[in-house]
Amino acid sequence: MEHPLNAHALTPTPLAAGDGFHTPSIAEFFPDAVLFEGTIFELTRIRMALILITLVIAALFVIGMRKPKLVPRGGQNVAEVAIDFVRNQIAFETLGKKEGNRYLPYLVTLFFFVFGANILAITPGVNIAATSTIGLPFLLAIITWAIYHVQGVREHGFVGYVKVQTVVPGVPKALAPVVILLEALQALVIRPFSLMLRLMANMMAGHILLVLFFSGASYLLLEGGGLLPVAGVGSAVMGLAFTGFELFVAALQAYIFTLLTAMYINMAISHEH
Amino acid sequence: MATTTELAAEAPEGIGILLPAGADLFWGAVCFVILFGVLWKAVLPKARKALAERTDAIEGGIERAEAAQTEAQEVLEQYKAQLAEARHEAARLRQEAQEQGAALIAEMRAEGQRQREEIVAAGHAQVEADRKVASAALRQDIGKLATDLAGKLVGESLEDHARQSRVIDRFLDDLEEKAEATR
Repeated sequence: MEHPLNAHALTPTPLAAGDGFHTPSIAEFFPDAVLFEGTIFELTRIRMALILITLVIAALFVIGMRKPKLVPRGGQNVAEVAIDFVRNQIAFETLGKKEGNRYLPYLVTLFFFVFGANILAITPGVNIAATSTIGLPFLLAIITWAIYHVQGVREHGFVGYVKVQTVVPGVPKALAPVVILLEALQALVIRPFSLMLRLMANMMAGHILLVLFFSGASYLLLEGGGLLPVAGVGSAVMGLAFTGFELFVAALQAYIFTLLTAMYINMAISHEH
Repeated sequence: MATTTELAAEAPEGIGILLPAGADLFWGAVCFVILFGVLWKAVLPKARKALAERTDAIEGGIERAEAAQTEAQEVLEQYKAQLAEARHEAARLRQEAQEQGAALIAEMRAEGQRQREEIVAAGHAQVEADRKVASAALRQDIGKLATDLAGKLVGESLEDHARQSRVIDRFLDDLEEKAEATR
């Protein structure tokens, strides 16, 4: 936490008019480098947390499914429920059994990777999701984008695939060029962009909300006069409530990202239009 | 933690927050590849195998139960068939026994009848024979008595046998004729 006097001098915004109120700012999403500063290998505490959570998730799955039994117990049960959720609720539901099984490794990875990166937002000591800066959402959106285009071309051939993605049956001739242009724009730009921005914006907003509530609580409780500490308690309660809500958002955004990926793949490889 | 101003100097502004940082892409890709590799090669095949085995076990169990049920059904049918056959056989035996019994009774009745008739016939024959013997004896006795009586009455001995018997016969015939007449 900043020193009250120092903050007073440096942040003369109306909101932070009192002593030591910490306004959430965009800068928090870009912490200092810890290692390899200025290179592509630059490690910050968020990137290190991402590596750690990735290893934890991988380890949990490996331990859970180390010796799968016919009747699952303990860790295996949890791992199987998690995999079954993606398999049944996302892959099979959207792509059907055959194609669902084919893309299952990517979809399972996507879901748990995004979920792991998201819950860093409420992990004590990290408190910022690795998905709340554009890098990770961009990377995953590009992978999804590449997969559905490549698989679409494989399935239909290049010309056939372009038709599948752009030609909408039943459109009047006069409107056809506009619709084709829009559909092409959708497949090429809008889908990956919406995937990327939805995830990043949700996680960024979540963090800002939490910072607002908790720094507000801290300021009101420690420095507020009169009845303000009461409001501080309210702020802290809201902060706790939103921490729970962030857990829900973390799962929801992972689900949405994975589900949309499955749907985009299905649109690209499907023969029925 | 560094102060806001120090951080703000490094943080991108405006549209800049939509430009991915190279290090984010690099470490993100590393993490993604690690997780993907582990899940794809180590975890999902085992999960798939476990699921297939479980499906097998459940379906196998159902199949076995169905087989057992079919077998039980067959045994029940067999048992019912055997029971019906046994019932049929019992009824047949009972009827046969009844028929045999009736035949036996009829046979015995016939035998009894025959024996009775035989006994009756034998009795009749005996009676007839006795009557004849008695009749002959009587005739002789009566003859003797009559001759004795006549001899006494006439006072002469009628020793001559031929004459004697002729007289007796005539006498008896007369008696019989009288008897016939009075009847």
